[in-house]
Amino acid sequence: MALALRRNRKAANVDRRDGAPTDEKIRIKSVESIDVTVLIGSAISAFALVQLLYETFLPLSGALGFIVVWYVFFLTISWIAVRELRGTVRAKDHLARVLVWTGASLAIVPLVLIVLYVIGKGYQALRPQFFTEDQRYVGALSDSTEGGGAHAIIGTIQQVGIASLIAVPLGITTAVYLNEVKGRLARPLRTVVDAMSAVPSIVAGLFIYAAWILALGNQQTGLAGSLALSVLFLPTVTRTAEVVLRLVPGGLREASLALGGTEWRTTSRVVLPTSRSGLVTAVILGVARVIGETAPLILTVGGAFILNWNPLSGKQDSLPFFVFRLIRFPQESQIARAWTGALVLMILVLVLFVIARAIGGRGPDHIGRLKKWRLQRKGLA
Amino acid sequence: MTDLGTTTEIPTVTSNVATIENALTGAAGLIASNVACWFGAKKVLEGVSLDMAPGQVTALIGPSGCGKSTFLRTLNRMHELVPGATLGGEILINGVDIYRGAIPVTDVRRRIGMVFQKPNPFPAMTVAENVVSGLKLSGMKVSKSEREELIESCLTKAGLWNEVKNRLGDPGRALSGGQQQRLCIARSLAVSPQVLLMDEPCSALDPTSTRRIEQTISEISESVTIVIVTHNMQQAQRVSDRCAFFLAAENEPGRIIEEGLTKDIFTNPRDSRTEDYVNGRFG
Amino acid sequence: MNEVDGARVTPVVHRSKVDRAYRAVATMSGTTVFLVMALIGGFLLYRGIDALRISGWGFITESQWAPDMGGAFGIAAVLPYTISIALVALFLAVPISVATALFITEYAPRRLRRFLTATIDLLAAVPSLIYGLWGLFYLQPRLITLSKWLADNLGFIPFFEVNEDFGTSLGVFPSSTFVAGVIVSLMVIPICTSVMREVFGQAPPGEREGAMALGGTRWGVVRDVVLPFGRGGIIGGSMLGLGRALGETIAVTLIISPSFDAKWSILEQGSNSIAALIALKFSESTETGISALMAAGLALFVITLLVNTAASSVVNRSRSGSATEI
Repeated sequence: MALALRRNRKAANVDRRDGAPTDEKIRIKSVESIDVTVLIGSAISAFALVQLLYETFLPLSGALGFIVVWYVFFLTISWIAVRELRGTVRAKDHLARVLVWTGASLAIVPLVLIVLYVIGKGYQALRPQFFTEDQRYVGALSDSTEGGGAHAIIGTIQQVGIASLIAVPLGITTAVYLNEVKGRLARPLRTVVDAMSAVPSIVAGLFIYAAWILALGNQQTGLAGSLALSVLFLPTVTRTAEVVLRLVPGGLREASLALGGTEWRTTSRVVLPTSRSGLVTAVILGVARVIGETAPLILTVGGAFILNWNPLSGKQDSLPFFVFRLIRFPQESQIARAWTGALVLMILVLVLFVIARAIGGRGPDHIGRLKKWRLQRKGLA
Repeated sequence: MTDLGTTTEIPTVTSNVATIENALTGAAGLIASNVACWFGAKKVLEGVSLDMAPGQVTALIGPSGCGKSTFLRTLNRMHELVPGATLGGEILINGVDIYRGAIPVTDVRRRIGMVFQKPNPFPAMTVAENVVSGLKLSGMKVSKSEREELIESCLTKAGLWNEVKNRLGDPGRALSGGQQQRLCIARSLAVSPQVLLMDEPCSALDPTSTRRIEQTISEISESVTIVIVTHNMQQAQRVSDRCAFFLAAENEPGRIIEEGLTKDIFTNPRDSRTEDYVNGRFG
Repeated sequence: MNEVDGARVTPVVHRSKVDRAYRAVATMSGTTVFLVMALIGGFLLYRGIDALRISGWGFITESQWAPDMGGAFGIAAVLPYTISIALVALFLAVPISVATALFITEYAPRRLRRFLTATIDLLAAVPSLIYGLWGLFYLQPRLITLSKWLADNLGFIPFFEVNEDFGTSLGVFPSSTFVAGVIVSLMVIPICTSVMREVFGQAPPGEREGAMALGGTRWGVVRDVVLPFGRGGIIGGSMLGLGRALGETIAVTLIISPSFDAKWSILEQGSNSIAALIALKFSESTETGISALMAAGLALFVITLLVNTAASSVVNRSRSGSATEI
């Protein structure tokens, strides 16, 4: 520490003796060069040690084992080094820091690996016709570039679309009921909604299968799939919308009422506009989650190889179900198509996610260009 | 204004439609008679009677926790919004009881406006939108040119026009604290209130903004009756015509100890407790 | 002077037609949602009880699953498997989540915080199908060498023991509880990390500064301020992760080969979970079979519900309080 400060003072070139005020600032280093030296040194010596001992003395083999042993040696050597240089307290701090960095890497590195892997596997059959053709002409011997997943994509869009049409208005209105109207049913309703958000996705599918399909005698259709998705989507939207509404400060509602506003106008002109970006984010993230749900669709949608534009009758396919089914086929080409489907799915989720974050990052103060133009016409901007 | 909706009781003070109509224009007088307030079972105010004459500035002073703000909120029917809050007594605006349904509650609040302690401009609206938001919220319609005039006149009255005339399209929260509060005042004025209630409007502001707001108060007080809660005794002396001193003894509901002309309260108080408070011996 | 007096005024409130309509619509929406959800719960209960009537207490003691042939069925194998997969997942996920959450709030450069939080949220958004596929094709082949090493060297621990009949060739190890657990842990990490990160971020700056002013290191602040403060978040976040792990369907279905003999060994081939059971059996099930699956699904639902409720209350009651939303 003293070393670093001394060096910095020289660099800042501050002349203290005549007391003249200076604009030069002290640069505080967060990592000192000696710590970096210790880290690198420990890493190298640990590596050398492992090289020496591996396979000859230790009952391990393979790359994974090598890395694990190297890591353990690295921890031990650097612990000893820091303890000699600075004492036990700093050594513990160092150890904690290494462990935390390791843990975080273990959490984040898989994301990179997964994305790269899916791109690698799915790229092969990713042609424009994947989006336009279905599998009606695809046989056991067809190449992976023949046919496509259009039927699955259309199916997903329709099913998620219908589920959103059901869940989003209902969910937001219910959130308004819970947070703004606060009727007598609010407390039991909130309990029920929280409970329903714990429904496992497969159970939602099983419910629709048993109630809608078996008991009521309907077929497996896109609509059945969207109903199953709604069972999952509705509690999510309601809860997140309620959280967003609750974040609107109460002072705004008071101000609106104090101006003579009615309850409806307070909700529609103050509360909802203020929470708009939060609500939109919540909806988009909900859609992103629902798009990837496979389990409820397994039981309800039926799966198909040809495009079915009608969600109300006949089996439909869906992107996640498409992937799930095709990945078990023995043919390489089907597996390749499945991976392409997985890639498309992943891209969809990623795009939705990015959009949601972009919108969510804007506060309620954000005034878009369209709105600004409208306001200027009214003389309000 | 002839359709008054269904009422559960006949208004006790006056049922004459013409009288009611007359009551509802220009600076109005508020008369509180024997007002009491409860939060649940706890009584927080008792026996409050006060005459707030039209065109005057009445200040409510006293140490914290004596029920000044609670009383203020009964004057525009905001008190009842708190779950479990109830009240007793009578509050008349130009002789019409505001609680008995002769005037719809949204109308009561439009005519008796309020400026809060913490500025609360609407974040999803521009400065200009904020000023006229009261019109939209209370259902008043104006033409575009009327709207522009109103924006300029209200912002001028609030002492904000010169500072924001080129920033009307900025979001309401982009202004500084003092400017936001003046925006809220302009917003309240846009709906032509007869009374303006102010709950410690300057307590969170810097001295320059405070001075500007006090100037606004004196400029508008002839056309809008003002009732202001303030902790700042010098402010009460500067702006108000009459003062009411609130005090709550330990475990007792708050009461008005003394009220009268400001200069009398401060130079020649009748009650010893008033004298102690205005001389800074407590509070 | 605090008794309730008489002479209270009942303020007259007329709601305009618009207001009444607004309230009516909102109330209808709330009522609809309430009824629909109650209906779902009721239906599940009704059908499930049908099945329980057939199986009786055997539902808890029976390991096999053969409701359609008039055979016995029970969750005595499936439930322990479900729990062991979840526990393996938690065993890996909780330390990693704590480390990641600490990294984001304490160790990472300030400017990276938003980016890292977004990355964790992205991990949570990736469909479990993708995790399952990656786990099956990429991770499992690499995990089974690890399984073999564990069986060979740490086989004295009952979890790592492998039935001697099978020997320890690599073919024994795929489709096991261990592999499924590792992959489920990947899905649980983002959930736990989010909750813990939020809680750690609320550790009072005053206490942090106090620790630093005493000459504490970063680890000292973490150990003495952040972790004690965040204890509720760690427990609550872990329980939430547990709920997620119990209900995971697709990844488990892809990995495991179904077994109905509960065993201690997690490395050996053969595993199960209630969710996977439903996914695999529904298409070949008759009425009775469906009812039986519903009973199992109901059991899973109830367990998940209890775990989630406990998680919320732990977080709410902790020092970070109800400022954190679960």
